[in-house]
Amino acid sequence: MGGTDTILQVTDLSKTFKLSAKQQRLENTSEKLRRAVDRLSFTVRKSEIYGLLGPNGAGKTTTLRMLATLIRPDSGDALVDGYSVVHEPQQVRSRIGFLTSELKLEEFFTPSYLFDFFARLHNVDPALAAAHKQRLFERFGIGEFSEVKVASLSTGMKQKASLAISIVHDPAIIIFDEPTNGLDVLTARVVTDYLAELRDAGKTIVLSTHIFSLAERLCDSVGIIVGGQMSVSGTLDEVRAGKDLEDRFFDLYQQQAGEAA
Amino acid sequence: MNDKLNRDAAQGAGQPQGASRARGASNGLVAIMAKEFRRFFTDRRMVITTLLLPGLMIYATYSVMGSAMQTMFSVSEDYEYQVAAVNLPASIKPLTEQAGLDFVEIDPASTEQIAQIKQRLSEKDYDLLAVFPADFDARLQSTLGGDAPPSTTPDIELYYNSTHTQSATAHSLALGLLDSYKNALLPLFSVNANSDVAYDLVTKEDEAGFMLSMLLPMFMMIVLFSGAIGVAPESIAGEKERGTIATILVTPLKRWQLALGKVVSLSCIALLGGASSFIGLMASLPRMLGASGAPAGDGPGVLLYSTTDYLMLLLVIISTLLLFIGLISLLSAFARSVKEAGTLVSPLMILVMVIGALGIFSQSAQENLLFYMIPIYNSVQCMVGIFSFTYDTAAIALTLLTNLVLSGVCVVVLTKMFNSERIVFSR
Ligand SMILES: Nc1ncnc2c1ncn2[C@@H]1O[C@H](COP(=O)(O)OP(=O)(O)OP(=O)(O)O)[C@@H](O)[C@H]1O
Ligand SMILES: [Mg+2]
Repeated sequence: MGGTDTILQVTDLSKTFKLSAKQQRLENTSEKLRRAVDRLSFTVRKSEIYGLLGPNGAGKTTTLRMLATLIRPDSGDALVDGYSVVHEPQQVRSRIGFLTSELKLEEFFTPSYLFDFFARLHNVDPALAAAHKQRLFERFGIGEFSEVKVASLSTGMKQKASLAISIVHDPAIIIFDEPTNGLDVLTARVVTDYLAELRDAGKTIVLSTHIFSLAERLCDSVGIIVGGQMSVSGTLDEVRAGKDLEDRFFDLYQQQAGEAA
Repeated sequence: MNDKLNRDAAQGAGQPQGASRARGASNGLVAIMAKEFRRFFTDRRMVITTLLLPGLMIYATYSVMGSAMQTMFSVSEDYEYQVAAVNLPASIKPLTEQAGLDFVEIDPASTEQIAQIKQRLSEKDYDLLAVFPADFDARLQSTLGGDAPPSTTPDIELYYNSTHTQSATAHSLALGLLDSYKNALLPLFSVNANSDVAYDLVTKEDEAGFMLSMLLPMFMMIVLFSGAIGVAPESIAGEKERGTIATILVTPLKRWQLALGKVVSLSCIALLGGASSFIGLMASLPRMLGASGAPAGDGPGVLLYSTTDYLMLLLVIISTLLLFIGLISLLSAFARSVKEAGTLVSPLMILVMVIGALGIFSQSAQENLLFYMIPIYNSVQCMVGIFSFTYDTAAIALTLLTNLVLSGVCVVVLTKMFNSERIVFSR
């Protein structure tokens, strides 16, 4: 892979965490190191939705955090639109929008203020930002809540505001960890519909999920991660190989478990 | 991180739509500071607790304390002393009224009554007992005539209680009365006889300044530190705890801008809190000084110092606050929660209090310039110097420099901490 339409190239990305004594106790393990991501490689093409699929603890969030330059890989690298997450994080940051349920909006402020605030952090021209805000807030029905403190918003409204704010700078790549986590079906649908819309508008989306049906419905390409390693990556049809995605996952999972034993 | 490589390189190419580099890198710094100010000033609860309450509380506490001290250490003008005399001589009687002592005369035979008065004196329930020899006037005459041996010089006994303000005052009044009577009889020489002259040449500044230089530095240090505690852990550990700082860290904002923006804006806010406390203190000063016996003058204590003194004080305060905010920010960035930040900060608070308390024992500012390179101690000594009119401008300059350099170091370390995933995503 890695043709001219490649926008994200991940090569041998690895990350090992030191487990604190507390964490060892919590997870009932004596290992001191946790290999969260293990030589992970995959490619994402421009204008597609790529889904990282995997069970809990597979290393999805860790991978996305490395792509978003929040944590540094131990080895390997990822090129985001040609910029290295290791050597050029600043360039990467201005090209991506990163969204996870762990990244919160300050509850004290209103969505409108936070949108302007992040527009400034991204150096977006104020006039452009204002137009963009109007469009996004209308799209998500935030309009009437734009001057309400985030603390008083419902979970769904918060998620929609977070989404709008994470793309304040109109990034080419949107990285989204568990996009529908904690949302009701209606809000989840608004979010996934919007992601499809962004893709159709030429944006690239990398998301993580453990919900196979969501991946089947939304993603153009998927990668299945088990234990920090990439089991298979490719277009949805390639990965499914004529099967149901979930069945395919169980096959791969058993195969990997068998190898480990 | 390695963004030094690309900080300036390759900035033109492939800019995301809508981004404009033309407006410079300071935009992010300004945005961070503006957000901190907005967070503070639009929160009524925060404004009340950090800006209004400290000043009001200090004013109230010190005014009450001042009034209490006043009643403790001075005797009001219309107080009637409870004084008794045994064998009060006829020669002295006419002088007592002028001295303000209205003696109750006691029969020398009633030993029981005398014992009772002494008991009351020890219980602070009576002010003075004067016991004269029965033949005081006769013996005085023979002593003056020079035909009596010195052993027969009449002795007067004054019983009083030095820990009882009224009694101590009555005692000195009686001494003064007897002393001037003695001088009138035998004017060998006199001391400070002209009652129209003020012989104590202490200046109003000195006396008030001495009081202030003792108490104020510690007070100021505690006020400044508490002000810093009021804002920094909430803004740094709080943002970390609530996960809002990571949201900022995924933007292209430079980490040093985040660190510097926070330290500067939080210092400004803490400075306002400090100003509130300072105004409260100055407003309560007349009562405090009045109580200590120092002449409070007509206006508040504020008028004691010159504009230059105040400017020096302000500079010292600002540099101290920057350092405090820097230090507390580091501890807060290290902590996982606001609560943990509070625990980490408390040893520092104790240190500041102890060093501040040392200032109480310094009569004037430290003269060895090298000491002004010790943070916290240097601020206390500068304040001692300013309040006691003994400061050295070089010492203040060195203090400012030291504090600014250290605050800068704090910002650099804080930047490193914001760059560290272990700090930002500690588990
Ligand atoms: N900061 C950290 N310190 C130590 N261990 C960590 C840290 N972050 C993640 N891990 C560990 O790394 C592994 C991968 O975690 P990660 O969050 O990436 O998984 P995930 O695929 O996102 O799982 P989930 O579906 O539960 O979100 C887990 O075992 C986790 O406990
Ligand atoms: Mg996860």
